[in-house]
Amino acid sequence: MTARWEAVIGIEVHVELATDSKMFCGCAVEFGSEPNTNVCPVCLGLPGALPVPNRKAIEWIMAIGLALNCQVSHKSVFHRKNYFYADLPKNYQISQYDIPVCHDGYLDLPNDGESVRVGIERAHMEEDTGKSTHVGDGGRIHAAKSTLLDFNRSGVPLVEIVSKPDIRTATQARAYAQELRAIVLELGVSDARLEEGSMRFDANVSIRPEGSDVLGTKVEIKNMNSFRSLERAIDYEIQRQIEATGSDSDVIQETRHWDEEAGVTHSMRTKEGSSDYRYFIEPDLVPMIMDETWVATIRNKLPELPAQRRERYLGQGLDESSAGVLSDSPAMLRSLYDETVSLGADTRATANWLTGEVTAWLRKTGTEPADLRLEPVHLQELITIVDEGVVSSSAAKEVLEGILSGEGSARVVAERRDLIQISDSSALAEVIGHVLEEHPDAVASYQEGEQKVVGFLVGQVMRATQGKADPKLANEMLREALGGS
Amino acid sequence: MAIDIDIAHVARLARLGLTDEELEGYKSQLADILEHAARVQSLEGDPHPGSAHPLGFDNAFRDDERRPSLDREEVLSQAPEAMDGFFVAPPALETE
Ligand SMILES: [Zn+2]
Repeated sequence: MTARWEAVIGIEVHVELATDSKMFCGCAVEFGSEPNTNVCPVCLGLPGALPVPNRKAIEWIMAIGLALNCQVSHKSVFHRKNYFYADLPKNYQISQYDIPVCHDGYLDLPNDGESVRVGIERAHMEEDTGKSTHVGDGGRIHAAKSTLLDFNRSGVPLVEIVSKPDIRTATQARAYAQELRAIVLELGVSDARLEEGSMRFDANVSIRPEGSDVLGTKVEIKNMNSFRSLERAIDYEIQRQIEATGSDSDVIQETRHWDEEAGVTHSMRTKEGSSDYRYFIEPDLVPMIMDETWVATIRNKLPELPAQRRERYLGQGLDESSAGVLSDSPAMLRSLYDETVSLGADTRATANWLTGEVTAWLRKTGTEPADLRLEPVHLQELITIVDEGVVSSSAAKEVLEGILSGEGSARVVAERRDLIQISDSSALAEVIGHVLEEHPDAVASYQEGEQKVVGFLVGQVMRATQGKADPKLANEMLREALGGS
Repeated sequence: MAIDIDIAHVARLARLGLTDEELEGYKSQLADILEHAARVQSLEGDPHPGSAHPLGFDNAFRDDERRPSLDREEVLSQAPEAMDGFFVAPPALETE
């Protein structure tokens, strides 16, 4: 009997907010500073220091929650989460427990045929910990190891977003994480750099017989530092659980560590009782009241979110793939799209140019999108002259290069670079006359019914004009000259 | 009413190394405290409705503005051990 299994996956995402100052003190939030230079009594947990919450961080988590269709709690409080670890100087983390700032939302994944809605359990506010580096002194006999601590990250505002276990595949998990990243980037509340750790994810994975509604034993996987590793780790873990189920090594509830190089998850032996955090209300902080007026102010300031933008592009006639690609493109290219389209240019052509040739040019020349100098009117003109057959589509790429190098408008570049197609029938007629004279054999074959020699003759016309003839017009005129049909 | 306390677990959570004798002593003291709390909780007609905070105000925030941090040398001079700008701590233990 081959049982079919389905995976039940929930994702926890941590997002560091890019505020100027930390969550509870005025130290700078900065990546890559010299160790322990952005520290003060509050974020070092010195006795007597009192935390004061950063209003902007609270507004930003509200924005994140609203973008994820969450309810914002009317009243919310901070709790202390108690545990001992060297990177946590107070021996507790200020976090939230039963009354998070945001709860009960959802995120619709960009639909790939079928649409997937992932519930959001909660988004709560907390502070990041310091950073510990474990070093071993290789030279010594007893390999005395120690931990180096940098508290620059201690107290950086951190939002934890917990999904409901609505995800079924590793691919969906990846799509969820990517969509979440696109949203926080759009909101401008975080750098969301995976490689710097300003966005991190953990996944809870279990399996159950397909169609069942029981929950299997849940395994938490950590240490995925890229979207690709998130997807790989989940795929691996699903397979491992399917193989372990029913065997001697049944799935146990545990935390496993993803090993990117080996492509496997390892059990992390964690100490018993470590999950006994003894949450209690943080007595140093007063409750937060997020009244309707405040929530409405935040809601009104929300930008157009990726999903809304894709929807708008689809409504403008783009297909799903180009709507997705354009939506993920840098803001500079998106606003160029909007401006060019508002001049009346065809939406599909505009999107194709921007996500295709323009993006390729940026990459090739190493230009930052923000430094791109492209007038919407020039792009519109380029699209028009391609459409009118003034330049061929291959010559148009060269025209674009000229425009981007500052040589002027599309028509000016086309003329200067001698790229204008010969669409003038009298000019072409002369060329065609020569070609027919030079190839009497082809003419004869045509008259014997060999239609395909026309292609050869068009090629000769293109050659004689260095590619500048309008091939469509040349084809028509050749057939006419050869005697109709 | 008897309140059952796993005093060894409580001590472990607080990283306290206590002798059996001390454990017994603290167990009975902690039980007294919990029983007192239970008595207070059972009072009827509580004039103070449950609140998250005794101060009776809310929304104490600060603007997102930077303030000077401490001097690193001074900070590290308070630590038992420091190296290259880092605090040095004993190795983190994976298991107890
Ligand atoms: Zn600080």
